[in-house]
Parts: sequence; C-alpha cells; structure tokens
Amino acid sequence: MVPLSHYLIVSAALFAIGVAGVLVRRNAIIIFLSIEIMLNAVNLTFVAFSRFLDSLSGQIIVFFVMTVAAAEAAVGLAIIVSIYRNRESVDVDRVNLLKG
Amino acid sequence: MNFVLPEIDLGAIAPQLWLTATAILVLMVQAFVPLVTSRSLALLSIIGSLLSLVATLGLWGQEAVLFSGMIALDTFSLFFNVVFLLGAILTVLISVEYLEREQIAHGEYFALVLFATVGMMIMAAGVDLIAIFIGLEILSLSLYVLAGFMRQVLRSNESAMKYFLLGAFATGFFLYGIALLYGATGSTNLDRIFLIAGERGGWGNVLVMGGMGLLLVGFGFKVASVPFHMWTPDVYEGAPTPISAFMSTAAKAGAFAAFVRVFLYSLPGLAASWAPLLAGMAVLSMVVGTLLALVQRRNIKRLLAYSSIVHVGYLLLGLLSGGTEGGASVLFYLLAYTFMQVGAFAVVVYLGGQGEDDLSLARFSGVAVRHPVAALAFSLFLLSLAGIPPTAGFVGKFYIFSAAIQAGHIGLAVVGVLTSVVSLYYYLGVIVFMYMRDPVDLPERRPSAALVTALALAVAGTVEMGLFPGSLLDLAQQSVASLLGS
Amino acid sequence: MSPFIVALIPLLPALAVLVNGLLGFRVLKEKAHRLGVGSVALSFLLSLWVIWQVAFAGARADLVFYEWVVAGNFSVSIGFLIDPLTAVMLFVVTGVGLLVHIYSIGYMHGDPGYPRFFTYMNLFMVSMLLLVMANNYLLLFVGWEGVGLCSYLLIGYWYEKKSASDAGKKAFIVNRIGDAGFLLGVFLVFMTFGSLDFREVFPRADQAAVGVLTAITLLLFVGAVGKSAQLPLHVWLPDAMEGPTPVSALIHAATMVTAGVYMVARSHVLFSLAPVSLQVVAAVGALTAIFSASIGLVQNDIKRVMAYSTVSQLGYMFFGLGVGAYAAGIFHLMTHAFFKGLLFLGAGSVIHALAGEQDMRRMGGLRSHLPVTAPTLYVASLALAGIPPFAGFWSKDEILGAAFKEGQYLLWALGVVAAFMTAFYVFRMIYMTFYGESRVERERAHHIHESPRVMTWPLILLAALSTVGGIIPGFPPEGGLIHGFLGQVFASHGAPEAQHGLELVDYGLMGVSVAVGLAGWGLARFFYISRPEIPGALARRFSFVYRLLLNKYWVDEIYAALVVNPLLRLGRSLRNFDERVIDGAVNGVSFLTVLWGRISDLFDRFTVDGAVNGAGAVVRGGARNFRRLQTGFAQNYALAMLLGIFVIASLYLLF
Repeated sequence: MVPLSHYLIVSAALFAIGVAGVLVRRNAIIIFLSIEIMLNAVNLTFVAFSRFLDSLSGQIIVFFVMTVAAAEAAVGLAIIVSIYRNRESVDVDRVNLLKG
Repeated sequence: MNFVLPEIDLGAIAPQLWLTATAILVLMVQAFVPLVTSRSLALLSIIGSLLSLVATLGLWGQEAVLFSGMIALDTFSLFFNVVFLLGAILTVLISVEYLEREQIAHGEYFALVLFATVGMMIMAAGVDLIAIFIGLEILSLSLYVLAGFMRQVLRSNESAMKYFLLGAFATGFFLYGIALLYGATGSTNLDRIFLIAGERGGWGNVLVMGGMGLLLVGFGFKVASVPFHMWTPDVYEGAPTPISAFMSTAAKAGAFAAFVRVFLYSLPGLAASWAPLLAGMAVLSMVVGTLLALVQRRNIKRLLAYSSIVHVGYLLLGLLSGGTEGGASVLFYLLAYTFMQVGAFAVVVYLGGQGEDDLSLARFSGVAVRHPVAALAFSLFLLSLAGIPPTAGFVGKFYIFSAAIQAGHIGLAVVGVLTSVVSLYYYLGVIVFMYMRDPVDLPERRPSAALVTALALAVAGTVEMGLFPGSLLDLAQQSVASLLGS
Repeated sequence: MSPFIVALIPLLPALAVLVNGLLGFRVLKEKAHRLGVGSVALSFLLSLWVIWQVAFAGARADLVFYEWVVAGNFSVSIGFLIDPLTAVMLFVVTGVGLLVHIYSIGYMHGDPGYPRFFTYMNLFMVSMLLLVMANNYLLLFVGWEGVGLCSYLLIGYWYEKKSASDAGKKAFIVNRIGDAGFLLGVFLVFMTFGSLDFREVFPRADQAAVGVLTAITLLLFVGAVGKSAQLPLHVWLPDAMEGPTPVSALIHAATMVTAGVYMVARSHVLFSLAPVSLQVVAAVGALTAIFSASIGLVQNDIKRVMAYSTVSQLGYMFFGLGVGAYAAGIFHLMTHAFFKGLLFLGAGSVIHALAGEQDMRRMGGLRSHLPVTAPTLYVASLALAGIPPFAGFWSKDEILGAAFKEGQYLLWALGVVAAFMTAFYVFRMIYMTFYGESRVERERAHHIHESPRVMTWPLILLAALSTVGGIIPGFPPEGGLIHGFLGQVFASHGAPEAQHGLELVDYGLMGVSVAVGLAGWGLARFFYISRPEIPGALARRFSFVYRLLLNKYWVDEIYAALVVNPLLRLGRSLRNFDERVIDGAVNGVSFLTVLWGRISDLFDRFTVDGAVNGAGAVVRGGARNFRRLQTGFAQNYALAMLLGIFVIASLYLLF
C-alpha cells in the first residue's frame, strides 16, 4: 500500500503548481484552470485522509467541493466572457484601470 | 447497514428559508412578469428580509445543534442574522436609485443580494467547516456576479475579475486548511476539532498548525486584512456603489462571524500560536490602511476601502482580545460599522452623477450649500468612522480598545488609538471639502424615498448606538456568551 | 437643583446648531444670529441661576442622566458635575461667550457665511459646556474633541485664504498630538481605577502607585499642553489668529485654550499625589510664560502680540497650578478671560475700523477716532500688565506669591521677568496703536470709524469686568471670595491653600509685582512716546536677539526641518506611487514574463522541483516588487497574499 505521505506530497506539489500557474500565467482562463488544480489537489488530500482515517466524510466533502467548483466555473467563465466582449482580450496584465 | 436519517428541523433555519424563498420569487417574478419594475422587486426583497428578521427574532433565545452537527441555532448566529439583514435591507434601499440611474435594473440583482445574505447566515450558523465553506461560497459567488453587474462598464468587469480570481485563489487556501485540519482530527466538526486539536503532538501538530494558518489566510482575505487586502480598493471602486457598501459591511460581518466562531470557539487552545499572527495582521492592517488612506484623494470609494482596512485592524484587535468582552466588542463594532459605512456609501450614491466617472474629493466641494442634509449626514458618518464621540464609531472603538487593554494587549491598543487619532485627518478632509469650498455644479436631484429611508435608518443607528449603546452591548455579550458557553 | 435646567444649558445651543445647520443658508440667512445669540443668552441666564444655587444655596450636584457606555463591570454615564469649579467655568464660558456672540453680530455682518459662522460658534459652546460640566473623563473627552473640531473649522473659516486653511491644518495636527496623549492618559486612568467617573477615581487616587499616577498625570498634561498651547506645542496658537477675531477672542483666548488648565485643575487630586508631574507643570508653565512674553516684545501684528500674550498668560495659569495654587490658577483663568477677551475684541474693533489692517506699524494716533475702543483697550492693558486695582493684578500676584512661598525662587524670578515684559509689550501695543503720529495708509485713513454699538457694548461690559473682576472676588489676596468658593473643591483634597492673614512677605511680593508692572509700562512709554528712535536703534544694536525674537526663536523652522519635512518627503514618495506604478507595472510584467519562460522550461523537465523552485523565485522576485503595492494587477495581489502566507509559515518554523 502506498503510504499516506506520498499522497500528501503529490497533492502539495499539485497545489504548488496551481499556485505558480495563478501567479505567472496571463490568460484569465488558464489562471482559472490553475485554481481548479489547486482545488483538486485539496480533493486528493481529502480522499487520502479519508482512506487513511477510515472515515467516509472526507469523500463526501469532495463531492461538495466539486459542486462548488462547478458553480465557480460557471460564474468565473461568465465574468471572463463579459470582459472579453468589452475588450476582446482576457489577458490579466492588460486589466488595470483600477489602481493606486 | 442502516441509515439514520438526520433530524430535519426547518423551523430552526426559517430565516435562511424565508430569504431563499424570496430570492427565488424575485427571480420568478422577474422572468414571468415582463413589466415589473425594479422598485417593486426591491420592495419584495425588503418584505422577504423583514420576514426573515421576524423569524430571527422569533427564534431568539433558543439553542440547538441541528442537521447532524452542521448548523447551530444560538444567539450568536441570530445576532449576526440581524446584522446581515440590516446590511441587506440598507443595500437594497440604496440600490433602487442607483440601478435606475446606471440602467442596470435587473431583478437578479436583488435575488443575488438575498442569496449572498443566505450565505452569510449559513457561515454564521455553521458549526462544521464544510457548512462554513458552503456558506462562504454562496456568499462569494453572489458577490462575484454583483461586483461585475454593470456588464458594459470596464471598471465593473475588472472589479469582478479581480475579485473572482483572487477570491477563488483564497478559497483554495481555505479549503486546503480544512483538509489539513480534517487530516489531523478526522473531522470537520468544530466541536471535535476543539476536543482534538489541543492535544495533538508531532506530525498531527504540524497538520493542525498548517490547517489553522491556511484558515487564517482564507479569513484574512475575506475580511480584507493586510497582507491579504490588496483587492479591496480595486474591487470596491469598480463594483456598483451599493455593492461596495454591502461587501464592506455585511459580507465582512459574515466572514467575521465564522472567524470568531472558529478561532474563539474551536481553536482557543491554540491561541498561543495564532495570537501573534493575528496581532501582526491587526497592526499591519491599522498602519498600512492608515498610510494608504492618508494619500488617497482621487476617489472617495477607494478612500472608504482603505479606511475599511483600518477598521478590520480594529476588529481583529477585538477578536484577538478574546473572551466575552473581546467577542462582544467585535459584534458591536460590526453592527455600528454597518450603519455608518452603508450610510457613507448612501451619500456617495446620492451625490455621484451618472456613471460615477468623478468621485474625487473635489466633487464634494460645497455640498453643504446645495445639499445641507446630505452633507450633515455624511459628516456624521465620517466622524463616526473616525471615532468622534458621541457616535456609534466612538463607542465601538472604546469597547474594542478597553477589551484589548483588559486582555493585556496594551501596545496594540496604543497603535489603535494612534491610528484612530490620525484617521480623523483623512475623514475630516472630506468634510472640509463639503463645508469649506465653493460649490461645484452638481445635478439637482431629489433623492428617492428609498434612499431617504436608508439614510434615516443609518443616521438613527449611528446616533442611537452612540448615545444608548448599553442594551445592544448586552445583547452582543449574551450572544458571545452563548457561543463560548460562559 | 433641577436636572432639567442643568441639561438645558448645553441643549439650547445644541438645538440652535441643528436648526441653523439645516435651515441657516436657506431660510434664516442674515437672521441666523437670532437663534445663535438667543440660545447662548438663555443658557447664560440658566447658568446664572445654577451659579446662584451653588454659591448661595450651597447646592452641589452629580447628576447622572443615564448610563452611556457599559462594558462588563465598568460603566460611564452621561452626567454633569455641578460644583464651585464648574460654576466659575460656566460663568466664564457662557458670560464671555454671550458677549462675543453679540459682538459677532456686528463684526461678521455681511459675511457670506454668516449662518455657518453662528452654527460653528454654537457648536463650540455646546462642546465647551460639555467639557466643563462633565462628571467623568469620557464625557470631558467628548467636549475636548468637540472644541478642537470647532476650533479647526473656525480657524479655517475664511478658507479662500491659503494661510487660513494652513493655520487650521497646523492647529489640527498639533492638537492631535496632544489629544493622543490625553486619550492614552484616560485609558491609563481606566486601567488603574477601572472607572472614569470623577467621584470614583478621585477618592481612590491615593491607592494607586506614585509611578502610575505620575504617568497618568504626565499623559493628561500632554493633552493640556496641546490644547492650551504650551511649550513645545505652542506653535499653532499664533497661526490660529487667521480666524475671525471673535473666534480668537472666545476660543483662542477666553475659553478653549483654558480647557487644559481646567482639566488639570479638575484632576488636581491626581496631580497633588504626583509631585514630579506638578513640578513639570510648574516648569513648563513658567518657561512658556517668559518664552512667549519675550516673543511678544517685538511682534508687529496686533493679533499676534495678543496671541503670544495668551500663550504666556496660560503659562502663568499652569505655573499657578504647578505650585499647588489651584484656586489662584483658576482665578487667573477667569480674570484673563475678561481682559484678554476684551483685548481681542478691542483689537478686532481697531481692525474693523481700519478695514482689515493688522500691522501696528501702519496704525498710530487712533485714540481720537475710536472713543470707545481706545479707553476700553487701555483698561484691558492695565489689567494684563498687573496694575492694581485692575483684575489681572490680583490673580497674577497670587500665582507669583504662591510660587515664592513654595520655594520655587527660580521659577518665581522667571515669572516676575515675564510680568515686566508683559507690561512692556501691552503698552507698546497701546502706544503704537492709539498714540503718536498716524501712520495709517492714506486710502484707509478716510474711512476710520468707531464700531457700531452692538460691538462697543460688549467692550464696555468686559472693561467693567476687567476693572472690578479681580478686586471683588480676590480681595484680600488668598482670602477673597473666590478662595472661599473654590477652596471647597481644592482644599478638601489637601491641596496646600494657605489660609492666613497678610504678612510682610505678601506686601513685599505685591510691591514687586506693582513695581515691575509700572516699570514695563514706563519703559514702553519712554520708548514709544518720549524717544521713539530708541527701539530701532536697539534692534540694530542687538540684531541677533531682535531677529531671534521676531522669528519666534525659529521654532517653526526647527519643527519644519526635524519633523515636517521628513514627513512631507515620505508623503510625497507615497504620492509618487501613482506615477511609479506605471513603470513598476511594466517592469513587473516583463519580470513575470521572463520568469514564466524560465519556469515553463522547468515544468517540462522536473515538474515538482520546478514548481518549488519557481515558487521560491516568485517569492524572491515578489520581495523586490513588494514596494510597488497597489499596481492594479490581480497577479501582484495574489503574489502579495502568497508572500503573506510564506511569512506566516516561516514564523511557524521559527517558533
């Protein structure tokens, strides 16, 4: 059996990848997908703990997270679409009317 | 395998249900009654909120934990329900005129405000991290949409996108924190975490600490505390003004409700670990917010955003002080802050012209001559925010600082006193423009009845809490006592 | 004593504020004074009734209207304390306040902001009354903040003048320094005694450690130093003369600036138990007295002479309090309110007559043109110079006498020298203004006229008070009516208030006081009437001293170099954010792009390692860009968050 720590390291790594993606990519959609990677890294953690602790609730939580992530995707993509309609670009580094 | 059906007591979540039903009704009416005006939808929303308020007051005094340990019914959550509903009602009232002026009067707006309020209520009542998370997301998703509600306006688009990307980013950390706590304690229930978190050693300790720290990040983002504050001015500036008011008051109160519950109720055993962090966040919020507010002259909404960061610093100070006194001071301050901050934004809504392309301080020149009532009300709110007696803001700050002193955080209280002494400078700057500059041409308009009602409510609240704070503070103390079981 | 009537004293002007504030510009306009003056007149009458009750019926009251702030086992009430000290202050505030309000009807006539002026003045009255009537420190602080706010608004009343709005800002900032000290002192009182009520704190004062009491009193005194313009926070008061003259008379001479004196006198129980603080109060007072009197010697702006004189006289009051002569300090506060209020109103009348001229070098020979102003100002000057039997003599002499008998010989000597200077500068003012050749500019000279009666009557009444306001309550020295009256407040707490007959030393000290007063007067007469060429010659001969005094010891310049400029520089660099942000953003983007290229390289090869390294690089790069805060780029904000997380994490690892 694969020990718990392996799962945790992989999910931590996935989470870090997500964070790095958020920080360095310019395209809003890619950034958003990086956030999804972060959420799924968390899901992996939940499932691993759930198995390790022999407690079902961790897996139930994952369903909640997935649902929330889906809702987030709907809202997020809508926001990105409306920005695209107005300025025909989804590059976050061109979006800085508001500052100071 | 036998299933035990969880006990379902819908009466206990009647406030949430009333709001949800109203929100759905608003959506339906908007969809199926083609000629309905936004005013009647606003009225509908307010009736729903009042029903929810009645339900909240009807539940007062009851205590129970329901839905398999997910939702608690206690005075603490009910007190917060009142704060949220008040914020929502005020927001709806100041929205009517704004929506018509900006030509974005769609029914979804009110439904989203109500849904966001439901989310806050769930956050305040949640005794399981998952319930809190769900509440947080209901709140956040509604706010993402509301921030970008002016779809044709680039500023609003930008505000929504920044809020969404950073909010989702913070959610990731928050969720990771829950996962680590779950791993350490085998549960997401606050009671179980309370029992187990204190006595873990070694590896489990690392998980608990990590989880707690990440939760701190999530809450820090939601309440806009330094160093997780940077989105605040941009988002407040771009969002529709009533939504800025809503975000800076009710939404912040929602985050603080969960913040207080998790840290004072569930993790007090770890206070030695989180207290220094919270202290650092509080000091940074007070100092950085003050510095940024001092140099902000371009946009009143940004000024209010930066100053809201300072207020978060005060609230964190109250939270840090802990116990019944500290918790009660947070509750009291949140209520007071709702009145004065929404009031201030209401005046901004009233005086900002269509499109709000100029909200610089210079726009408020000589307002006192043309709109003496608005100027007087605005001065009252600003002086209250600055903590000038005898207003709500003064009493609130006084409670927080005295709780901090009693808890031994004298240095922090001194920082608080000093920043509030300095804060009068930038608030008074606005008043000086209103009273001591020659008037500029503002469009002559009569405020709508809704706006006048909102202003009157906010003025009444600010003055009432300033002059007669006793009974409300008692309520706040009872609420926190019901939470901490003392 | 009926609580209702007591409550009406501040409530009536408060009502006038509301009505004038809302309807002033639209409805009342040039009739705004009816409410403003009427309400103050009514509260003056009510005050007289209260004073009568206190003085002749022996009434004392600690009226609690309701519990205001309740936190746990501690509560603060809204309540008024009525005792002889409050009664004296009520008389000064409402009496002088009423006269100044009446005077303002004439002085402010035709000003476009007429209703605004009366709104602010009434708001000031409300706050000042709260301050002197409060029965606890918190309510006192309410008034304290209120008078500061009104002072700021009224100094900058003529906001189109840049100097006026700058002066307002300066007063505000300097006062906030004092307020911070005061507020911390109040918190320390609360921590020590668990209460802020005077009746709770004072009886238990001796239970606290001397060190704590010293800290409390010193912090409270910082507040007093700011509010009452003592060294080293005196710089705002002379600039505050940019406000309308009635404001200078009421707020910056008679009442608000004395709030610090009142507060220290009210807290005399605490101060008496902290000898170090008392010594500090005495020293600061005496030094301020001589310091600003010396500046007053050479100023040419008539209102600035008054301003430095006020600072100096406030120094005397603190000096008196500091040597334990509390009643004498308050006595001087009262007489000073009469004659300094009169001096300002008279100066206002002169300025009014000369259509705004304030420079004494362009006055002279006005005596015949101003038949009421000139003699009343003369009376006020006699009172200020300490010539018996005018009011100032009795109170000032008592302060000096108390200092001498307390063994504070050095401070006493400073006070005597300052008294000499005082007599000199005030008669210099009289001679430069009213005597000699007219130096008035031609076009102004035709329009010189005495002020209307609504302005001269207050002058006459104040002149009467300046004449008899000292001898009636203050004779015989240290045994007069006012001592019997105030002694009930101060004596009960063991303040050393000598009760004995007049001895030889008293007559000797009195003789010294009279002598220096007359000497200053005579010297001024010699310089400015007999030998007008001497002052110029002296100024040339001792040009360094002259410039030192003329430039007020360069205190403003020193503050500018040490405090203001560094702050301005900081502020400017913060303001440059906006400009720098643009190139900062460009740099930031290119930096992130380069970084991204590097990281995507690593992604392909060692995904996990790359992410970890990349995160490290981002953090390092982020640290470089951290200063460019609000760039408007979402990713920079995310970076800042991440940085916060790393700080938290490293804190964990460290501890």
